[in-house]
Amino acid sequence: MNGLDLPRLLALDGFMANDITNMSCPIPLSDYPAVLMAHGAGGRLMNQLIGRMFLAAFGDVQPNDAAVLDVSVSRIAMTTDSFVVRPLFFPGGDIGSLAVHGTVNDLAMAGARPAYLSVSFILEEGLPMEALWRIVRSMRSAADKAGVRIVTGDTKVVERGHGDGLYINTTGVGLFRDGDARRIGPEAVRPGDAVILSGDIGRHGMAVMAAREGLSFEADIESDSADLSGAVLEMLDSGLDVRCLRDATRGGVAAVLNEIATASNLSIEADESKIAVDDGVRGACEILGFDPLHVANEGRFVAFVAPGDADAAVEVIARHFPGVAPAVIGAVCAGRPGLVTMRTPIGATRILDMPSGELLPRIC
Amino acid sequence: MKYIDEFRDPQAARRYADAIRSVTTRPWTIMEVCGGQTHAIVRFGVQQILPQEINLVHGPGCPVCVTPVEQIDKALEIAAKPGVVFCSFGDMLRVPGSERDLLSVKAGGGDVRIVYSPLDAVKLAAQNPDREVVFFAVGFETTAPANAMAVYQARQAGLSNFSVLVSHVLVPPAMEAILSSPHNRVQAFLAAGHVCAVMGWEEYTPIAEKFKVPIVVTGFEPLDILHGVYLCIRQLEQGRSEVENQYVRAVQEGGNRSAQELVREVFAIRDRKWRGIGEIPASGLGLSEAYAGFDAETRFDVAGQSKEESGECISGLILQGLKKPHECPAFGKKCMPEKPLGATMVSGEGACSAYYRYHGKSG
Repeated sequence: MNGLDLPRLLALDGFMANDITNMSCPIPLSDYPAVLMAHGAGGRLMNQLIGRMFLAAFGDVQPNDAAVLDVSVSRIAMTTDSFVVRPLFFPGGDIGSLAVHGTVNDLAMAGARPAYLSVSFILEEGLPMEALWRIVRSMRSAADKAGVRIVTGDTKVVERGHGDGLYINTTGVGLFRDGDARRIGPEAVRPGDAVILSGDIGRHGMAVMAAREGLSFEADIESDSADLSGAVLEMLDSGLDVRCLRDATRGGVAAVLNEIATASNLSIEADESKIAVDDGVRGACEILGFDPLHVANEGRFVAFVAPGDADAAVEVIARHFPGVAPAVIGAVCAGRPGLVTMRTPIGATRILDMPSGELLPRIC
Repeated sequence: MKYIDEFRDPQAARRYADAIRSVTTRPWTIMEVCGGQTHAIVRFGVQQILPQEINLVHGPGCPVCVTPVEQIDKALEIAAKPGVVFCSFGDMLRVPGSERDLLSVKAGGGDVRIVYSPLDAVKLAAQNPDREVVFFAVGFETTAPANAMAVYQARQAGLSNFSVLVSHVLVPPAMEAILSSPHNRVQAFLAAGHVCAVMGWEEYTPIAEKFKVPIVVTGFEPLDILHGVYLCIRQLEQGRSEVENQYVRAVQEGGNRSAQELVREVFAIRDRKWRGIGEIPASGLGLSEAYAGFDAETRFDVAGQSKEESGECISGLILQGLKKPHECPAFGKKCMPEKPLGATMVSGEGACSAYYRYHGKSG
């Protein structure tokens, strides 16, 4: 971490607990109940924040300006993502777990095993220290579950009114197994490939929107935010012929299918009745005039798999995510490059287009 | 999911389509008035399973689409003023005025907020006594009662910092205007179920009689629409022109009397300009005299602007059912949901946007 004293200088021995889930905030509330500009100013307060909170929570952070990693593989994957979700806490997750899952999943979608993360915080002056601690704990817990280590990071503080509490950037490094030379991506997609959707859609977008706008629906909607690497790596390790993977985040499944159809110069035919949508999500979408296919997910992906391996792939996903209904939703076809068509519930066909921008609720 | 799945059932849809085929002996043109119905027709591909003789044309029933450009410009002017919190339903934010839209005013520092209910805007006004809270009261008879309730409650609460920019329109005068046009092709109407849930269907009987057109009050799910089409065709084939109610689960003949009363108290009937169509006498609502103090146009002195439409946009012809979106030379080329020339491309309920989304760039 930049501008950081060694943890031992901060008397952190015995503080680096492996299980931090029950630990209380290490920055005494009575001292600093909220983040101050000084927490980013490079002095004693910043060192205390980094040392007592971040080093303690993340455990694997190297006390240098850069983390040095010994890797013995010849191919790595690298990705970066920034997280600005509002509110910071929402049913089913928070900005911290999301920041880990998002980057871990992007690595997994390349077929790599997520190994290391960097974490960069932009904190807003006045952010309650307790909230930051909850987020940090949540990151560690998500990282542990996904098997990645948080090895380096940075902290900046911006003036009150210049950020929504905090923003997080995570950068991730994933490793490929030696000898694994396969390229997973749109260029590998072939006509006839099965299109598999890993579960029901729309939960994250609607959970966040409901929490942000104070909308209450009959059933609480929880975000699907989850680490997808376990399922993906098992599919790859068991030798299934996986051609392309994409997590269905912003723009939803509609965006993924359109992106892959365009990038592969092929078309996709999907069947809307095969796409699972939870009743609560569907109800909320109906009320607001959204198409669930356009709504963001944070724990669902689309896999393009050789037709013979489709059933096995669905089985692997179902084992990792019980109850979320993975299914083959369509197939890749030759011709009409970039076109995605959808069989509608009444048996007609329509074009599934890219969502055109921010989802805006309809009047009536 | 109840009230959804059973109205999207593929077998039942096929049975309806067969029934329609069995009563259809020649070509008919039916207009669905409401944008919500247009959206469902295109999203579910209803036209594809109908016999070729039946042509569905899309009516002027999207409030976002028919709000005149000068009204949008007034909204933009008010929203950009310091000290104003401008509240709107979501899909008004992307509607182009003559130069920009509410999203760009927001990006430029205007306090523009999406609300889900007009009462949320009243709440905002109560919480922010030092700010002027303005609600963009747009819509047909469907949204009029809630918008009226907002103004009513603001008066009850004595809120002097709340006002509404009104652009309310009414369905029956628009139907009459379409039927009176010498170019009219519409032979029957699917009337908008939600409008009738508020207003009932009494005001449609004189129209059906005068113009000899069947009018069927219809819901918004694919089976509702197929059922509505079936009832229209049966009437047309039998030479009848009556008002029928397909949407029995939501609509009663007299509608919602207390909602109507509130609308009558807060609003009064006015001449209104419709985007793409022009002025239609007695086709809209403005604040009644008793509530005139809540009029944002007077409060911010923005009344009396008049603007011309983009010459390339044929949304007026589309809203009257005279053209379909893909017949426009700009469709999918110069005019797309990300950069709409006219309002029918903006709202999810607009015919052009629905065609673009579900039929593709070539319509």
